[in-house]
Amino acid sequence: MAETFSVEVRITPRKGILDPEGETIARALENLGYEGVGAVRAGRLVRLEIDAGSPDEAHSAVRKMCEELIANPVIEDFEVRVEEGVEEDA
Amino acid sequence: MKFGIVRFPGSNCDQDVFRAVTEGLGREATYLWHKSHDLQGVDVVVLPGGFSYGDYLRAGAIARFSPIMREVVQFARDGGLTLGICNGFQVLCEARLLPGALVRNRSLRFRCVEVGVKVENAETPFTSAYEEGQRLVIPVAHGEGQYVADPATLDALEASDRVVFRYVDERGLATDAANPNGSARNIAGIINEAGNVLGVMPHPERVSLAALGNTDGLGVFVSLARAVARSDAEGLTAGGARPAGVGS
Amino acid sequence: MTGAVAPPTHEIEITPELVEDHGLSPEEYERILEILGRTPTIAELGVFSAMWSEHCGYKNSRPLLRTLPTEGDAVVQGPGENAGVIDVGEGWGVAFKIESHNHPSAVEPYQGAATGSGGILRDVFTMGARPIALFDSLRFGSLDSPRSRYLFDGVVRGVGDYGNCVGVPTVGGEAVFDPAYEKNPLVNVMCVGVLPLERLIRGEASGVGNPVMAVGARTGRDGIHGATFASEELDEESTESRPQVQVGDPFTEKLLLEASLELIERDLLVGIQDMGAAGLTSSGTEMAARSGSGIDIDVALVPVREEGMTPYEILLSESQERMLLVARPEHEADVREVLERWDLQAATIGKVTDDGLFRVRENGRVVAEIPVQPLVNECPTYTREGVEDPEVVRLRGMDLSEYRTFGSDESVEDALRTLLDAPTIASKRWIHDQYDTSVQTNTLQGPGSDCAVLRLPAGKRALAATTDGNGRYTYLEPRTGGRIAVAEAARNVACSGARPLAITNCLNFGSPLRPSVYHQLAEAVAGMGEACRALDTPVTGGNVSLYNETGGRPVYPTPVVGMLGVIPDRDLRIGSHFRNAGDEIVVLGITRDEIGASEYLAACHGLVAGAPPALDLEEARRLVELLVAMGEVGAVHSAHDCSDGGLAVALAECAIGARVGPFGIEADLDQVPLEGEVSPAALWFGESQSRVVASCTPRRCDELEDLARAHSVAFARIGRVAEPGSAYEVRAGGHRVRIEVAELSRIYESAIPRRMREEAGLTS
Repeated sequence: MAETFSVEVRITPRKGILDPEGETIARALENLGYEGVGAVRAGRLVRLEIDAGSPDEAHSAVRKMCEELIANPVIEDFEVRVEEGVEEDA
Repeated sequence: MKFGIVRFPGSNCDQDVFRAVTEGLGREATYLWHKSHDLQGVDVVVLPGGFSYGDYLRAGAIARFSPIMREVVQFARDGGLTLGICNGFQVLCEARLLPGALVRNRSLRFRCVEVGVKVENAETPFTSAYEEGQRLVIPVAHGEGQYVADPATLDALEASDRVVFRYVDERGLATDAANPNGSARNIAGIINEAGNVLGVMPHPERVSLAALGNTDGLGVFVSLARAVARSDAEGLTAGGARPAGVGS
Repeated sequence: MTGAVAPPTHEIEITPELVEDHGLSPEEYERILEILGRTPTIAELGVFSAMWSEHCGYKNSRPLLRTLPTEGDAVVQGPGENAGVIDVGEGWGVAFKIESHNHPSAVEPYQGAATGSGGILRDVFTMGARPIALFDSLRFGSLDSPRSRYLFDGVVRGVGDYGNCVGVPTVGGEAVFDPAYEKNPLVNVMCVGVLPLERLIRGEASGVGNPVMAVGARTGRDGIHGATFASEELDEESTESRPQVQVGDPFTEKLLLEASLELIERDLLVGIQDMGAAGLTSSGTEMAARSGSGIDIDVALVPVREEGMTPYEILLSESQERMLLVARPEHEADVREVLERWDLQAATIGKVTDDGLFRVRENGRVVAEIPVQPLVNECPTYTREGVEDPEVVRLRGMDLSEYRTFGSDESVEDALRTLLDAPTIASKRWIHDQYDTSVQTNTLQGPGSDCAVLRLPAGKRALAATTDGNGRYTYLEPRTGGRIAVAEAARNVACSGARPLAITNCLNFGSPLRPSVYHQLAEAVAGMGEACRALDTPVTGGNVSLYNETGGRPVYPTPVVGMLGVIPDRDLRIGSHFRNAGDEIVVLGITRDEIGASEYLAACHGLVAGAPPALDLEEARRLVELLVAMGEVGAVHSAHDCSDGGLAVALAECAIGARVGPFGIEADLDQVPLEGEVSPAALWFGESQSRVVASCTPRRCDELEDLARAHSVAFARIGRVAEPGSAYEVRAGGHRVRIEVAELSRIYESAIPRRMREEAGLTS
């Protein structure tokens, strides 16, 4: 019995990789007078819905998608988060 | 008469605007550094094209908070003639001096091509040197040039003649094929309600020198010079430009 | 000779395996022991490894490169500096160089291409020149392969995004698609910049006590390969995530460019160099070597963006957008002020000395101390054995008779369609639509022509520039391929009316340890040298990229030449495409029965064989002289070099690319100047060298013919330019092709977009 899962993928630059966008945002915040702002990393969010038999299955399927297409493992890390099942198929 | 050209970190068309004004138009121009608070008494403020702050976060999003923008916004609110080209247009939208926003091109790619642009309203201080309906050929060069706004805003812009430039084909028609980036209603440039702030995505400063063969863009600078001369002659302050659409 | 260096607290033992891991042979290691008089520290081993690598030390190519001509009246700065510089008149100079970033682009095409562009921009502005143009010379596998499409897309976006953001137009280049490059793409980028000659500054570290400063971006671990000995962070996570890919930041580059030019204009510096390959190490040692001085730096003073970086890492980091400079001591504070105004890092990390040593400290404690001269100038070089691959000999000698004739007119037409649809020949609009080609308002002629033409500040002069190379020719006959790389580039530049002046070159080859590859290298360089001498276009610098091979299969040997020329009066420049219906079409140069190594054989018959067309150096020279003279006289409306696909394709290109086009054509190739019996295939599609398709107004045709005769160049009228929208109608060798130009244009324009699955045109 398949369910539709809502899955969120967060993609960020890998540790140690230069993140010009994050650094520029950090400096801009500092110039605007915000204090105590430390490191800033800028990434992106991809949300998708996928039919699967279980949350684990959904998780693993989306992981594969990230490795192949959604993220670039050479320079990016990704985090996959499966939310509650959205609806059941009849 | 003096044109002021703002330099943000990452602006790269500032020198082109400088040349268009000094060599193309034959008027004085000066640079306005982003960290300064001094507009040096200029009659026109130009926000040039480029990639201020690398276009990081959103194009123009960080530049709008530059120190000089405090004076630029005040200048614009007081009626000062303010021209935003490409990245400059993006900054004006982020600064809420113009409605709407510029987002990624429909193709998701940077595009640099010559496009047909129609002058929809020749009664603004930026276009008085053109004829209404005149078709110009001007280059665009941008990755985030798709103009978007909600339908009510778009209708209001059209109704009040505030769409100043529109992308058109060789026949002067605003077709999809003539639209380089997917902008709503093929909008290439708009003006504010008071008629003194213009944002335009194509680059008039790149076609303002005789040596390059095409001077279709020079009219923008000529119009501005006329507007400044007229308001000087009429004894108006630098903030007294006329609203668009009002007959002269 | 150095004194004993106190070993650091956690010094690592230098084992033979470690030496090998660093790419050094036992003999090279012996030499290091001799130079130092003791065992090296790990930091010193890293420094030698970097400076004696192929990229920095040119160890397998230097003896060959030394045979190239490097002097000429127009040359202000030859090889040995960050870029070459030529004099273009009225006190102005042009700095230029080409570089490759092949291996990084195969791993991460977008960042590989972006950082390649960044590096070459810095090489030019470090000389005091404002970059005014970029050119990209690209090679990928067939676009039928998903991987090649992926690499092509990534590289084009990388080149575009970087150049566009910095505000330098990309105005020319080339793109070649051939299975030979499937596993090893080639990404070569040339940068051209302009400077008042009095502002020329070199990468020198002179003046004892002068401050040495690291400026620009912070230093991270970019480019340091995951060797566990190299770092204090020895846990598994960090080893895995060690960034091998350098990420470019064009925004910081733009700031660095403006700041550097300001520093140089205000004469605040003694010397400046960009930190490129081997970062701080190469810049520091090379600057000292040029001045015969020494340099003493403390890595703890270098601004870093990661924690716990070791001296080894800081010395070898390839973090982008950084420069090393030596300030005039009285202006150290001014230098700092300029950099701070542009929101860049500026740290004094050491000083110039007179002891000829590269001395590196960490918080005062010496961790490396190496004599500069032997390190930089005495890198062991190797002259290897070159033996031609017998397979190539066989291919070159193959009998091509069956390919010289056509069965019918239809087969000629099919061949023409196939050639115009070949991505190597087809319109590159898909690429250059993504490049800003007009920023800086200098572009008089952009992509899509034989060369780019740019305004110069020197009076009415204009600069003409192009990049050219042919891997297939060089594979089948390396010496000829080397000659043609130079000659074709000169021809392309001369077609605009410019006199070719000098070149920069990038040599893209496989492993020099293979005798067949070394043979290719030696022969190609010899051919280039011959052509440079005959055409009086000395070499001002360049780059060598070796080991472009995967699974034992090297790429085609591909020398790429970047050629510069000057047009005395920009208003007299000549375009590549037809301009007026009714104009006479003429062909300059001799056609021979040559179909070997042609795009026609490859694209239409899947065959890579035969000898490439011969290049007679005297003929090449006379043609260039004629083209320059034609420019001065102003009698010709267009001139287009004849290359891939031969005359039939050249004619189509002249018609399709016209602004008011596409024009129709009526032409008879049987009229072209011939030598010997020339087969139909050679007439239509052969790639005989030193030929140009030109057009002129009929009443000035006789004048042109006289001019050609005066220059001993063969000349023939072959037809006329017909009305826009009419037909391409060409006759030759007993066949006739008649096809609507709109159809030819459609094929030509859609070839790449349809393979990249997008529509040609404005809609997107």
